[in-house]
Amino acid sequence: MSAGQLKAAITPARLLDETGRLVRGAPAPDAEALAEGYRKLVFARRLNEQCGALVRQGRLAVYPSSRGQEACQVACASVLAEGDWLFPTYRDTAAIAARGVDPVEVLTLLRGDWHCGYDPNEHKVAPQATPLATQLLHAVGVAHAARLKGEDTVVMALCGDGATSEGDFHEACNFAAVFRAPVVFFVQNNKYAISVPLARQSVAPSLAVKAIGYGMPGFRVDGNDLPALEKVLGEAVARARAGEGPTLVEADTYRIESHTNADDATRYRADDEVTEWLPRDPLLRVRTYLTAVGALDDDREKKIAAAAEEMAAAVRAGVGAETVADPEDLFAHVYSTPTPQLAEQRATLRAELELEEA
Amino acid sequence: MSAPKMTMAQAINTALRDAIAEDDSVVVFGEDVAQLGGVFRVTDGLHQEFGESRVFDTPLAESGIVGMAVGMAMNGMRPVVEMQFDAFAYPAFEQIVSHVAKLGNRTRGKVRLPIVIRIPYAGGIGGVEHHCDSSEAYYAHTPGLTVVAPATNADAYGLLRAAIAGSDPVVFLEPKKHYFAKEEVDVSVPVPPIGRAVVRRPGRDATLIAYGPSVPVALAAAEQAATEGRDLGVVDLRSIVPFDDETVCAEVRRTGRAVVVAEAPGFASVASEIAARVGERCFHHLEAPVRRVTGFDVPYPPPKLEHHFLPGVDRILDAVDTLQWEDEVA
Ligand SMILES: Cc1ncc(C[n+]2csc(CCOP(=O)(O)OP(=O)(O)O)c2C)c(N)n1
Ligand SMILES: [Mg+2]
Repeated sequence: MSAGQLKAAITPARLLDETGRLVRGAPAPDAEALAEGYRKLVFARRLNEQCGALVRQGRLAVYPSSRGQEACQVACASVLAEGDWLFPTYRDTAAIAARGVDPVEVLTLLRGDWHCGYDPNEHKVAPQATPLATQLLHAVGVAHAARLKGEDTVVMALCGDGATSEGDFHEACNFAAVFRAPVVFFVQNNKYAISVPLARQSVAPSLAVKAIGYGMPGFRVDGNDLPALEKVLGEAVARARAGEGPTLVEADTYRIESHTNADDATRYRADDEVTEWLPRDPLLRVRTYLTAVGALDDDREKKIAAAAEEMAAAVRAGVGAETVADPEDLFAHVYSTPTPQLAEQRATLRAELELEEA
Repeated sequence: MSAPKMTMAQAINTALRDAIAEDDSVVVFGEDVAQLGGVFRVTDGLHQEFGESRVFDTPLAESGIVGMAVGMAMNGMRPVVEMQFDAFAYPAFEQIVSHVAKLGNRTRGKVRLPIVIRIPYAGGIGGVEHHCDSSEAYYAHTPGLTVVAPATNADAYGLLRAAIAGSDPVVFLEPKKHYFAKEEVDVSVPVPPIGRAVVRRPGRDATLIAYGPSVPVALAAAEQAATEGRDLGVVDLRSIVPFDDETVCAEVRRTGRAVVVAEAPGFASVASEIAARVGERCFHHLEAPVRRVTGFDVPYPPPKLEHHFLPGVDRILDAVDTLQWEDEVA
């Protein structure tokens, strides 16, 4: 391991600084591609806002917002090819939407209709994982199977800073490294696990530096810098696809909102801390940059905003539509063929409901 | 003078506070238990009052929390750890089953583990997947674990104090749907010890046997039955392990009929164990087979379907109706 590798795992990589200027020596990103990235950032932000509103209206049971982390959400989806897989958590609704899944289908879980509202095989997106870090091993499994089958699939596995403390995180990193599995572990270090600050999760110089112990490359990147994220994650995906094994990428970002609407962040962090992160907003710097290089004008900005409004309206309509959850679904999917006992219990419930209706 | 009203969260909070204040070896730790006071505010204020050495947050790892508790208990402390939700205790299962439950036996009693593992459990709060499991059977099936499930706020206080003071590990299951309901709690009035059930309502005709979140449901069913001319009693187990055969069987022998009520899926469940024990011990007194009213044998449903799953008053009364009443036998 070289000094350069150690530095890359500790010092966040950056292309666009907070003021929207290219950092010295950085190559200029493709303006058209970045403008498309900006559109996705606006969509992700709008989706976060819309979901917050739906919670306040009682339409969603709960919503873990990725406000402030939109660059991470967009980048991890945009670097994937069609056949690649994404393994998201409860916080990654916007990433799944960026991957192309209808947000209304994603929100089935939080609306309380069913545990997962989209078809993982159709979209190559695993169900959103709630038990922390458990999905990372599944990601390794999908990746290893792809290698065994001779496919060039890459798997993007997401988790938070808190989840890196779980045993499954360690096991997943080690398995991936040992099997040279084509996985990119992408840790969104938003500095909190509910109320617990990063300092209680790890006293290592960074989370990415842990990669070294597993024998894989680790990179720390400014998590609010879309072009930097796309570069680092894109290179990790390319390495994985080329058979060079896994990478651990840590995004240095911040959870602007409470853990969920049910949480009260004022109990454990000062408002000042949040305020300090606001100028580092991931949308702001891309917008400033694109405007400066002439790739974004008022007209284009308006078009993007209008399209985001359209998306939000569709989400409102879809989530607001009255749905009747079918009680027989309780029994339909537990086994591929319901056991005799389940068939019996389904009949019991059916009889109860018929009696109620009569 | 009536006792102060408190929620179950406050009753447990008071028990923890009193235990920490009384015994220097009691330590409380887990995820979000310190500065935040727990996601249900059960540990609210304890960190501020007693400091970091007595009440602290850990890195996010349940196996780590329980495993460290084992070592701390081996070195003279009384750890009270919190698992944030029922299903998030599963990463700790290895530590609980292989060590917490067995170290005392493994060492012929040379090493005892006075550990309390607090787990907010069961459903009825509209929680999404992994937040509503009734996981008691896993623990009750594991010899070496004491498994307690309070149904009243006074019991939550008294049983937790007893659990912390005892010398064996206790899995303390807190029915989370009760956390914010207020009841009068006089902490100076001792409650019966762990291992003793309590008759919450005497009844002549049949006995409902329940624990934790199902006790109020059973009481509501008895209330409803009374208006229909049937006198149902309710036994609250309070602890699943040890199991109070004596109290349960005395009631069932008197009434000759029994229904077990529990939220967990019924197959291979605690409810099944209770039905079997009652059947074996009370056979000659029974007028009808013991019935179980439980959750279906399915994963805990999403919020919009949970009301179909949870045993409610109607399902209990339907079961009672099938207990071969003389007036209905043709
Ligand atoms: C195994 C497990 N333990 C506890 C929880 C409860 N829980 C849900 S989110 C969370 C914090 C996770 O923090 P982090 O990994 O940093 O992700 P973030 O929420 O910040 O995106 C906790 C403790 C859980 N979901 N799974
Ligand atoms: Mg976090």
